[in-house]
Amino acid sequence: MNVFNTILVLATAFLAVFGETVFTAPHYLLGAQVDLLPALMIYAALNTNVVSVSILAVAGGLWFDALSANPLGATVLPLFAVGFPICVQRDFILRELPFAQVFLGALASALVPAITILILLSGGNQPLLGWSSLWQWIVMTAGGAAATPIFFALFDWCNHAFGYQLQTESSFRPDREIHRDKKAK
Amino acid sequence: MFKRKNYFALGSVVLVTLAILSLPPRVTSRLKLAVGSLFLPLFGLANTAQQLPVTAADAILSRRELIQQNESLRRENQQLKFLQMQTSATMRENNQLRSAIGWQKQTPWKLKLANVVLRDPANWWRTAQIDLGSRDGLRENLPVLTNDGLIGRVSSVGLTRSQIILIGDPNCRVSARVENPTHDIGVLGAGGPLDDSLVGLSYLSSGANLKSGQLVVTSGEGGIFPAGIPIGQIVDAQQVEFGLYTEARVKLNANLGALEEVWVLFP
Repeated sequence: MNVFNTILVLATAFLAVFGETVFTAPHYLLGAQVDLLPALMIYAALNTNVVSVSILAVAGGLWFDALSANPLGATVLPLFAVGFPICVQRDFILRELPFAQVFLGALASALVPAITILILLSGGNQPLLGWSSLWQWIVMTAGGAAATPIFFALFDWCNHAFGYQLQTESSFRPDREIHRDKKAK
Repeated sequence: MFKRKNYFALGSVVLVTLAILSLPPRVTSRLKLAVGSLFLPLFGLANTAQQLPVTAADAILSRRELIQQNESLRRENQQLKFLQMQTSATMRENNQLRSAIGWQKQTPWKLKLANVVLRDPANWWRTAQIDLGSRDGLRENLPVLTNDGLIGRVSSVGLTRSQIILIGDPNCRVSARVENPTHDIGVLGAGGPLDDSLVGLSYLSSGANLKSGQLVVTSGEGGIFPAGIPIGQIVDAQQVEFGLYTEARVKLNANLGALEEVWVLFP
């Protein structure tokens, strides 16, 4: 984990939010736009620290709300509510397994819109809901589940390509070197 | 396991969210536009990328094709000029008759062309943003239409961009009149989350004489939308609330899924 990783996650979140507003093909092909922020949050929760998770929740949520008709701040808490517990309990999660990544991505992508809708309804807003919203929810869940392992692979590649790698320690120690030269004694 | 840093992060995010959510609407709206303006460079890039294929296509058009297009546009322009002359004459006559019976004079619509720059990323709203703002004279609640008919109204205005609420969003209600002998008036409300071409027309009188294919236009009541803007056509109707009133489904004339250029109407 390093600052580069956090910056990379935030930059991706910025581009993801922008992409969701411009590339509307999923909306017209599948009837719903896929939200990539929950999948990103899963990556951040499993690979960065709680500060990065908080920054992603606040920045990503505000960016998303600024471009949508949501009240500003409505998406911040749902993102954080998903990312925070995973970040705290991540030592118990097999984060390297693609199955775990897909499962967590699906869970986050299902929970974030559900919590957002609850916040909107409790704030007196009237979002566009109906039985077909269930289909949209399924599309968002499936889309998020598919995006999570892709993000893991992408960021692993980026970290490997651009980030500093840990220096592997050699087993050679100069203080244990046996000098056989007579003059050195 | 639960370190002090975690408590601090949890408390900070909750506090920040509650503070933002409890801000007055005017401040929130300005904050939203400020945060949204961070995306302006990307919108510029996206716009340029969209224009590139058009420019490339223009560059490879043959001279003969251009001359043909020019000729057909010239003919269309002449026809439109004749039509405009006719319309102007009808309008003059209409205004004379209106003044004769003491009605308010009708002023012609002023329209401004805008490009749709983005769609709402949330699936539970039906909004879009256009590239005109307060510096272009836009203000809240101005009607927005395409060549096919009404699509919504301006909901919030920034310096260079504005948000429009499309028909079918629960926050966009339009008083609409059915073009039938009884001129039934109802309220155009929310549509379904999936199909954005159908919206509900409710609060029509229980004896409304509705038939499939009848035209629906704005009634002019409500003070936002001028009368007579085409909206769509009746698809079907049914009595609701034990026959208290009639509800109909309206197929919109405008395709909300393919909005690129829209007109903002200054009544």
